[in-house]
Amino acid sequence: MGARLVFLGRLGDLANGAELAVTPGPLEAILAELPTELVMALLDERVRIALNGELLAERGGIVLGEGDELAFLPPVSGG
Amino acid sequence: MALDVRLLTEPFNPGLFIGPFTQAHPGLGGVCTFVGEVRGDSGVEALELSHYEPLTLPGMRALAETAATRFDLIGLLLLHRVGVMRPGEPIVCVSAAARHRRGAIDAVDFAMDHLKSDSWFWKRELRGGIWQWIEPRADDYAERARWL
Repeated sequence: MGARLVFLGRLGDLANGAELAVTPGPLEAILAELPTELVMALLDERVRIALNGELLAERGGIVLGEGDELAFLPPVSGG
Repeated sequence: MALDVRLLTEPFNPGLFIGPFTQAHPGLGGVCTFVGEVRGDSGVEALELSHYEPLTLPGMRALAETAATRFDLIGLLLLHRVGVMRPGEPIVCVSAAARHRRGAIDAVDFAMDHLKSDSWFWKRELRGGIWQWIEPRADDYAERARWL
């Protein structure tokens, strides 16, 4: 089943897709497998993170389990 | 107090929502409605709004509840398109019913400022056959700050 990363807005372009299936584990280890340019964009401090639909205040120590969905949310650009 | 909050994936006719909304609140003091459409200026061929299901609609519902309480509304209709839109298509519709005009007008203004600045939408435009992501505008944050 694995875990899933979701990329919103322009992050989806950088990731070549809106979603990516990943092996569960520490986020650091998951990011280490991704292209540097994408990782730099994901780590931008303006990018918010939501785990299973809940916004996280801190991005340290995130470990993804089976079925988890981690979304990267760049600054919104209005309706 | 009735809140009707929806994300719409297809083109919509605002009047088909606004009519029943106002009729559902007989004897109300006033209704204020704003409809935003995709601008056709500066060569925009299409606009695409994306959203994140777990956050976008719940965020809009929270915004509607905040506005309804703050402005003592009788009802609030909050509709927002997602997906690809062409110039001239409605993108957002906010209609507020209140006992007095000020509450209705301010509630719509408040809801629009918050939809523009801190709702979970990402926008890109198609110009000359090329899609480009739109960055947040400083003006949008300034307009939201009026309500602090």
